[in-house]
Amino acid sequence: MRFLSRRLIHAVLVLFGVSILTFLFTSLAPGDYFDEMRLNPQIAPETVVALRAQYQLDRPLPVRYARWLNSVVHGDLGYSFSYNSPVGPLLWVRARNTLFLTVTATLLSWGLALPLGVWSAERLGGLPDSLISWMMAGLMAVPDLALALGLLLFAARSGWFPTGGLASLGFESLSPINELRDLTLHMFLPVAVLVLTALPLLVRHVRAAMAGVLHAPFLRAAQGHGIPRRRLLYRYALPAAANPLISLFGFSIGALLSGSLLVEVVMSWPGIGPLLVEAILSRDLYVVVGGVLLSTLFLVVGNFVADVFLYWADPRIRAGPVAK
Amino acid sequence: MIERRKLAKWLVVLVALHGLIACAGFFAPYDPVEQDRQLPYARPMKLHLIDTQGRVHMRPFFYPLRMREGSFDQYDEDIARAMSLKLFAEGPRYRLLGLLPCRLHLFGAAGARICLLGTDGYGRDQLSRILYGGQVSLLAGLLGAGITLSLGLGIGAAAGYFGGWRDEVLMRLTEPFLALPWLYMLLGLRAFLPLAVSPLEAFFLIVMVIGAVGWARPARLVRGVVLSAKERDFVRAARGFGAPHRYLLWRHVLPETSSVLLTQAAILIPQYVLAEMTLSFLGLGVPEPLASWGNLLANLQQYSVLTSYWWMYLPALAIVPFFLGYLGLASALQEWADPFKVGRGT
Repeated sequence: MRFLSRRLIHAVLVLFGVSILTFLFTSLAPGDYFDEMRLNPQIAPETVVALRAQYQLDRPLPVRYARWLNSVVHGDLGYSFSYNSPVGPLLWVRARNTLFLTVTATLLSWGLALPLGVWSAERLGGLPDSLISWMMAGLMAVPDLALALGLLLFAARSGWFPTGGLASLGFESLSPINELRDLTLHMFLPVAVLVLTALPLLVRHVRAAMAGVLHAPFLRAAQGHGIPRRRLLYRYALPAAANPLISLFGFSIGALLSGSLLVEVVMSWPGIGPLLVEAILSRDLYVVVGGVLLSTLFLVVGNFVADVFLYWADPRIRAGPVAK
Repeated sequence: MIERRKLAKWLVVLVALHGLIACAGFFAPYDPVEQDRQLPYARPMKLHLIDTQGRVHMRPFFYPLRMREGSFDQYDEDIARAMSLKLFAEGPRYRLLGLLPCRLHLFGAAGARICLLGTDGYGRDQLSRILYGGQVSLLAGLLGAGITLSLGLGIGAAAGYFGGWRDEVLMRLTEPFLALPWLYMLLGLRAFLPLAVSPLEAFFLIVMVIGAVGWARPARLVRGVVLSAKERDFVRAARGFGAPHRYLLWRHVLPETSSVLLTQAAILIPQYVLAEMTLSFLGLGVPEPLASWGNLLANLQQYSVLTSYWWMYLPALAIVPFFLGYLGLASALQEWADPFKVGRGT
């Protein structure tokens, strides 16, 4: 358990580090949300000063940070100037949608990458292997922005898929089956972009890890015992190759979160992405800090899940470090 | 030797691609900001060899577009006027590579505008804008990667070479940078820099933002190489002879990092070009009228543009050959640096 508790403490420290870092940048930033008001002749300079005082923007940085930490404890995460409400509730709704998208994409991309990579490693150098390699190289050369816009263009011209949002108008009045159908149609393109951009790297690593294991003596012995091929591959070879893949799992979540931000903006999915871009353009400080921090939280949780997997899958870690 | 040949092949491809963009003035028929209000959202013009009477022409020609009565984006080909395409035609002035004043273009036409990839809402030639926009995007990627690698080299070398508490502090500092999803980090950093600035200022601003975000990974890699390099026998011998730190670093330790840096450059440059595109696409990067691959695509956020003018999507495809080239280069570099490790399996 020491391994897991150390990782947990580490995760909390990283979150602290990120929050201090983002706050430091705010102090370096020229101007704030009320700058445009100052240029407006209809608003008295005193009003702007009073507003800044009300939102504590005139206080020194450590005080602001302490107050913000206090509001984090209460689940508020500071105050949004443009929405005129605490940031927390704003973010939770968006976070749910972002999580929905990224979790689906993560499961789907790993669900595809594992069989493809295993198949490829099994036929190393053969036709399926080179076919998959070429397809993945092709996918890798198309960046997520181009892919997302391309699919959107396709959706707009063919009319087969909705071109944005999470649900159609009148979603509530649909029957459960039609609701599911509507949601699937809306999710199809964003998830497709995320999966297709994540896939090449995952397949390549699964293939490399499996190729390293497949010639191990224990597998040949298992084969000699007449264990069926599928069971051999997935029950015996895959766990042996799992260690680097589990680390990659944590990393892939970070990549998917970044990709998800862009895809959300392009396909107007109501997640954190559009909120964050809007907040940056209007200098809504605490929304930006909250959004960045929340994405870090997702990533840290994802990495922690990967560590738990690792603990579960690798007996060497469970047994603790061996004295050298 | 196979590794060498592969490396050379990808280098030639990349040099050709970059040359095309660097000499945008020559390959682009028009100035990227020159507007033609008679031709907004004109579709890509077709080149013909056979005219409506069935006569075969020796050189390719095109029919200039004429706006349909009562519409604002529908055009008809003016079949009365067949304009032939001229190779090496005189056109608008430009400076080749930013230096040589020049008027020669790869192609052009006298009397009517030839827009092979269509025009945007101001009637600006899309092909010219893509070529000139590439200069902005690629330069941002190259400069950003340069900044990242120098930061990574400096910090990683300091951490690895001097060790002790400096190593500890610097490596702890990399952790939040490695922890954040990079696009969130990019946006977070961009959020606190001025928004309303001139195009040139905006360009250098985002180059610095992009360059400052990614230093942690190269720093870690460089640190690893330096850690092992400083314990090599010849380095220890040189230290035993009383060589100063500066000499040891320059002469013996840093050259060891070159293959890591080159591979990282091949990986980072396309990523950073994409970062510029993403920022500009979101309206946080290079603003109009300067063209960049990102802000050329920003138009597509309007639904009407998306449904009616598919050629506005073409700038997104411009980056694909560059991605391919750099991917090939990165894998060739890896094989060249370490032919035994990567050769099998991947």
